Amino acid sequence: MTTLAPVEVDGFVVRAGFIDDQAYFATGEGAVVLVGSGQQEVRPHKGGLLAAEETPDRKALLTSGDDGRILRLASDGSFELLAERPRKWIDMIACGPSGAIAFASGRTAWVRLADGKENEFNHERAVGGIAFAPKGMKLAVGRYDGATIWWANATGKPQELPWKGAHLGVTFSPDGKYLVSSMQENAMHGWRLSDMQDMRMTGYPTKVKSWSWSVKGRYLATSGATAAIVWPFFGKTGPMGQTPLQLGTRGDSLVTAVACHPKEDVAAVGYADGMVLMCRFEDNAEVLLRRPGKGAVSSLSWDNAGIRLAFGTEEGEAGIVSLM
Amino acid sequence: MSDTQTSATNQIPVTVLTGYLGSGKTTLLNRILSENHGQRYAVIVNEFGEIGIDNDLLVESDEEIFEMNNGCICCTVRGDLIRTVQNLMKRKGAFDAIIVETTGVADPAPVAQTFFMDDDVRAASKLDAVVAVVDARHVLQRLEDTEEAEDQIAFADVILLNKTDLVTKEELDTVQARIRSINPYAILHRTERCAIDLKSVLDRGAFDLDRILSLDPHFLQHGHHEHECGPDCDHDHDHHHHHGHDHGHGHDHGHHHDHDHGHECGPDCDHDHHHHDENPHSVKSISLKAGDLDPELFFPWINQVTQVQGPNILRMKGIIALKDDPQRYVIQGVHMIVEGDHQRDWGADEPRESRLVFIGRDLNWDVLRSSFNACEVQ
Repeated sequence: MTTLAPVEVDGFVVRAGFIDDQAYFATGEGAVVLVGSGQQEVRPHKGGLLAAEETPDRKALLTSGDDGRILRLASDGSFELLAERPRKWIDMIACGPSGAIAFASGRTAWVRLADGKENEFNHERAVGGIAFAPKGMKLAVGRYDGATIWWANATGKPQELPWKGAHLGVTFSPDGKYLVSSMQENAMHGWRLSDMQDMRMTGYPTKVKSWSWSVKGRYLATSGATAAIVWPFFGKTGPMGQTPLQLGTRGDSLVTAVACHPKEDVAAVGYADGMVLMCRFEDNAEVLLRRPGKGAVSSLSWDNAGIRLAFGTEEGEAGIVSLM
Repeated sequence: MSDTQTSATNQIPVTVLTGYLGSGKTTLLNRILSENHGQRYAVIVNEFGEIGIDNDLLVESDEEIFEMNNGCICCTVRGDLIRTVQNLMKRKGAFDAIIVETTGVADPAPVAQTFFMDDDVRAASKLDAVVAVVDARHVLQRLEDTEEAEDQIAFADVILLNKTDLVTKEELDTVQARIRSINPYAILHRTERCAIDLKSVLDRGAFDLDRILSLDPHFLQHGHHEHECGPDCDHDHDHHHHHGHDHGHGHDHGHHHDHDHGHECGPDCDHDHHHHDENPHSVKSISLKAGDLDPELFFPWINQVTQVQGPNILRMKGIIALKDDPQRYVIQGVHMIVEGDHQRDWGADEPRESRLVFIGRDLNWDVLRSSFNACEVQ
């Protein structure tokens, strides 16, 4: 049995998920709707909201906007200003496990350490995405023609990972062995960090814009095709030479968002027409969680227990699906 | 609107503003941002500079040229624009249109190509018009010195010949004739301090295809002050684009090759550019006319022409009468990218005629003309 509780939001859902066990929905119009025992809406930014990331402990939400501000929002709706870059559109943020945060705009990335000290990292070309390594000591930056791994405290030399093309998002595997990037071309690229072996993950009809690591980081589920493409990352060679799983294959709609379940080898898969399926890796069994709606699913996230799924779409639809 | 109008699109119109430093671009932008015209614009500028208006939808963006597919000039896009348009789409309700200001020395091609090449940008927005602001006093010197000035004029759908108060009538006519020799098809307005009804610049829709293609280029070289497009300018603009740039993507994207950043025949080609009118490398245009075309011949032909000669083709646009097809087929392109779609039924009193315009360098006009004519239904 599943039940769906719709939540009213005012626009494009940039991010939906859970902090402190309360659902939140952050929209491009600048609202964050918090749904716990009651419901409240806060507008932490002066204008629109461009990005939101949960802290690793899932107690707070980091948000950034076109007002150049980076805020930490608590589940009670209170927020504090962590950093500000006036007139910059801050559309990339990342949270480390030790209280450090990172944000980027244009060709520059910044790290704000837990003690408030800020370090600046400049690049010759546009930054496409940022991600902390699992221990939070290093920051990866996806950029034009490759990626750079910096020491977050700005000591030591950065590690350059070259690969032609524009790299957008980056993500470390949870064991820290791999860095994966999504690209402007319809492909992902991976580097095995122990020996800098390159991995090409291609065959997508569109760009990969959503990804999610499965339990223990065994698989990376991705959007961008008519099925969720799920790459194996266990074993010595990771996805090299492996065929990915394809979950929730549909002939008529592309996958736009994915979220792996926190406990089982199962993923929630959202599509361009607003449908959401739950798919099991083992046998491709599917459960319909939401029928198609008005717009593409833009964000999906499970709660810690794996019982509730928050979703949002580009057309301002949102809700919580409960598995009961 | 026409009775055959297909689904209304919600693609946001985009106006690209080009022009050399000092031509008056910023003046125009300030007017767009400050005048009370009932439209809300998101404006992407290269630098805030002298833009005096604070607007939360005014964003500064460093030009980031992304080369794809082994650095082919036809596959370069503006990465920063892709990002900014995607960010703007998170606030869809907050604005009606987007204006992109380019740097004075920018090649307009990557900007225009971004709106055709990137799937996300294409789904969200459509290129409405490329507007070039030209400084009447300095443009001839610019044309001598640089290729970008010529490219900007060649690419334009609308040209503001600005600072007309700083030159004599004779000088102005000379300048206009020179502009017309590069691009006879753009709509040209003479302005002082960019004083113009903004309706003439913004939301033009589908490049004013009908009007552009009905012009007789020779007629326009005499320096008339051309004006507003007529009643025709309310034509159908919402033909949705379908993919048409099949020029060998999807194989090896060239990661194993060395990117040679000086493209084979781009702006840095090793010819001696002198930019005299008689220079064989300067930009020229051609207007082709025919009756009904055989689609079996026309589509392979246009694909072949754009693939082989793409680097030399700056702009291409046309309205095609296809055999046994009751609808007008509109087509446009930038370098190798070609997009076409059915637009609307041919009117009862409208002659079925295929018209195609190319603006480019080093094109073999005679071959183009004869091979185009060979596509005609016999």
